[in-house]
Amino acid sequence: MTAAQALPLLVVLPLTGAALLVAAGRWLPRYAADAFGCAVAAATAALACLLLAARSGSAPVEWVGGRRPVHGSGVGISLVGDRAGLGLAALVGVLVVAALVHSWRFFDEPPSGQNGAFPALVLIFQAGMGGFTLTGDLFNAFVFFELMGVISYALTGYRVEEARAVQGALTFGFLNSVGGYATLLGIGLLYARTGELGFAQIGARLDARPGGGDALVTGALVLVATGLLVKAAAVPFHFWLPDAHTVAPSPVCMLLSGVMVQLGLYGVARVYWTVFAGPGGVPEQAVQRALLALGVLTAVTGALLCWLQRHIKRLLAFSTIAHTGLFLVALSALTPDAVSGVALYLLAHAGVKAALFAGAGVLVSRFGSVDERELHGRGRGIWGVAAVFGLGGLALAGLPPFGTALGKALCEESAGPAASVLFVAVSAVTGGAVLRVTGGVFLGLGGRGAPADGGRAARAGREQQAEETSGAGEEPETGVRLTRVPDTMLGSAAALLAGGLAVGCVPALWRAVGETAGAFTDHAGYAASVLGTTATGPVLSAPPHWSVPGVGLGLLSVVLALAAAAGGVRAAGGRRPRWSLPLRRLHSGHVGDYVACAMVGIALFALLLW
Amino acid sequence: MSVLPYLVAGWLFLAGCVGMATSRNLIHAVGSLAVCQSSTYVLLLAVGYRRGGTAPVHSDIRPGSRPLVDPVVQALTLTDVVVGATVTALLLALVVQVAKRHGTVDPDELRELRG
Repeated sequence: MTAAQALPLLVVLPLTGAALLVAAGRWLPRYAADAFGCAVAAATAALACLLLAARSGSAPVEWVGGRRPVHGSGVGISLVGDRAGLGLAALVGVLVVAALVHSWRFFDEPPSGQNGAFPALVLIFQAGMGGFTLTGDLFNAFVFFELMGVISYALTGYRVEEARAVQGALTFGFLNSVGGYATLLGIGLLYARTGELGFAQIGARLDARPGGGDALVTGALVLVATGLLVKAAAVPFHFWLPDAHTVAPSPVCMLLSGVMVQLGLYGVARVYWTVFAGPGGVPEQAVQRALLALGVLTAVTGALLCWLQRHIKRLLAFSTIAHTGLFLVALSALTPDAVSGVALYLLAHAGVKAALFAGAGVLVSRFGSVDERELHGRGRGIWGVAAVFGLGGLALAGLPPFGTALGKALCEESAGPAASVLFVAVSAVTGGAVLRVTGGVFLGLGGRGAPADGGRAARAGREQQAEETSGAGEEPETGVRLTRVPDTMLGSAAALLAGGLAVGCVPALWRAVGETAGAFTDHAGYAASVLGTTATGPVLSAPPHWSVPGVGLGLLSVVLALAAAAGGVRAAGGRRPRWSLPLRRLHSGHVGDYVACAMVGIALFALLLW
Repeated sequence: MSVLPYLVAGWLFLAGCVGMATSRNLIHAVGSLAVCQSSTYVLLLAVGYRRGGTAPVHSDIRPGSRPLVDPVVQALTLTDVVVGATVTALLLALVVQVAKRHGTVDPDELRELRG
C-alpha cells in the first residue's frame, strides 16, 4: 500500500470504529468500549504520524475511486497528504486519545444499553476533523466541516438532562450552521465562475484570467471565509464558543479549544493560499488588512473578557478566542515565516489549553463547581492539578522554553514591533487570568470576595452581577464526586503539557515546520503537486529558532502576567468595571443577537476586503 | 441567464437570518435556518441551469442529442439536503430538550449563559 492509498484510512478507520462501537455497544462492558475507542483513535494517530515521517518528495495525492482528472479537468475528489494536513491530522489524533483517556472515569452512567456512545461520537469527530485537514476539494471540505459541526453540537449537548448544556449546544448549532451555509453560497459562486471544485483546480482556473479578481471572486472569498471564521471564533463570529465551552464536558472542551477552533483558521489559510493567492485571486493587501483588523479586534475582546470571567471554563474559552486573534494577526503578514510561527504557536497552544481544560475537568468532578470564588482555597492539597494550572498559565503567558513562547516570538518577529505590544499584552492578560485562578483556588491567596447572592456588592450592582455566568452548581461529570484525582485525568493533562513544552525544545520539529510552512504558502507548488504538473520549489527560509528579543519579550509577558495575577488576587471579589458592561451585555446567550452580530461581521469583513 | 435566481438566493439567505435574529420561538428559528439553507439550493441549481436543457438522466434520451443541465450542482444540492436534514433534526431534538428543561421555547427567556 502506498502512502496515497493509506490517506482515506485516516477517515475510514475512526468511522468504522464508531460504527462497530454503536453496533456492539449494547453488549460491551464499559471498559471494553472505552479501550476499543482509545485503540482506534491511537491507531489513526499512529498512521498519521507514520505517513508524516515516511513521506519524501511531493505530497501524496489520492483520487478517491480512481477518478483522476483528464487534461486538467474532472469531477474526482482528491485527498492531499501534504505535511500541514497530515500534521494536523496527527495533532487531532493525539488530542482525541488524550480526551478519551481523560474521560475514562467520566459519565459513570452512560445512556442505558449504549456504553459505546461517547467514544463513538468522539471517533466520528476525529474522522470529520481528519477529513477536513486532508481534503483537496472545496465542497468535500464543506461536508467534513458540517460533519464535525454536527458531532460537536451533539457532544456539547451530551448531558442532555442539563438545562444549560442544551442551550449552549443549540446556540453553537445555529451559528455554525449559518456560517456553513454562507460557505456553501461562496462555493456555489466559485463553481459558477470556474466550473471546478478542487482547491488547486479553482485556483488554476482563476489564474487563467489574471487581474480577474472582481467583485464575484471577492464576494466568494468573504462567504467561504465566513463559515471558517465562525469555526475559528473570530470576533464578531465568536459568540457560540464561550457558551459551548461553558456547558460542554471537559474532554469535549479539550478537543474544541485544542484543535477544532484552529482548524477554522487552517481552513481560511488553506483556501486563501490554494485558491485566492494567485494572480486571478484577491489582492494581498486587502487580505492582510482584513485579517489584521479582525485579529486585533478578536485578541483584545478575548483578552478583556477572559480577565473578567469567574467561571473557569468560560475564562479558558475566552483565552482561546484571544489566542485565535493573535494567530490571525500573525497570519496577516502572509509570509512563510509567519505561518511557521503560527504553526508552532498552535501546536503548543493545543497541548497547553487541552491540559488546562483537563485540569478544569478535575475541578468539576471533585468539587462540582468551576466557580473561581466558590472554590477559593479549596484546591489546597491537589498539587498535581495546581501544577497543571500554574504551568499552563505560565506557558500561556509565554514562558520559555514552552512552545507557546517560541511561537509567540516568531509571530512577533514577522508581525512587526506594533503587533509585538499586542502579543505581549494579550498573552500576559490571558496567562495572568489563569495564574490568578491558580493563586486563588489552589494557594488560597487574597480575599475570598463577596458571595454573589448577598452582601454589599450584590446590592450595589445587582444589574451588573446579573450579566455573568458563575459556574457554581455544576453536575459532576463523573456521576458521583471523586474523592481523589484519578491518574488517567492527571496523566493526560501532564502528557499534554509536556507536549506543549516539547514543541519549544525539539529543533527537528522546527525544521519540519519551517519546510511545511514554505510548501503551505506556495500557491503554484500546491497546484503542481495535485495536478501533476511541474513548478519551481517553494522558497526555503531559515528554519525557526529562538532569538534573544523573543526570549526577552516572553519573559517580559510572564512578569506582567504574574503582576496582573497578583493584582487580580488582591482585588478578588470586587465589582467588575462599569465600562465592561456593554461588552458583557453583548454576550447575552440569545441566538438572535448572535446571528445578528454574525451578519454585522460578514458586512465588516466584506468592507475590509474591498 | 436571468439574474433573478441569484437575487432570490440572496433574499432567502437574508430573510432566514432576519427570521432567526427576531425569532420569539426556537422552532420558528430552526425553520428560519432551513429558509437560510434553501438559498443554497436555489443558488446551486441556478448555477447549473441551461436554457432548454433537460434533466441529466440518460435512460430515455440519447447522449448528445439534447443539452443537459449541470449534474454536478444537482449532486451538490442533494448532499446539501442531507446535511440540512441532519442539522435540522439535531437542532429540533435540542429544542425539545430545551422545552423540557427550561419549560419555554422563547429564546428571550433563556438567560443562563451570559457575560
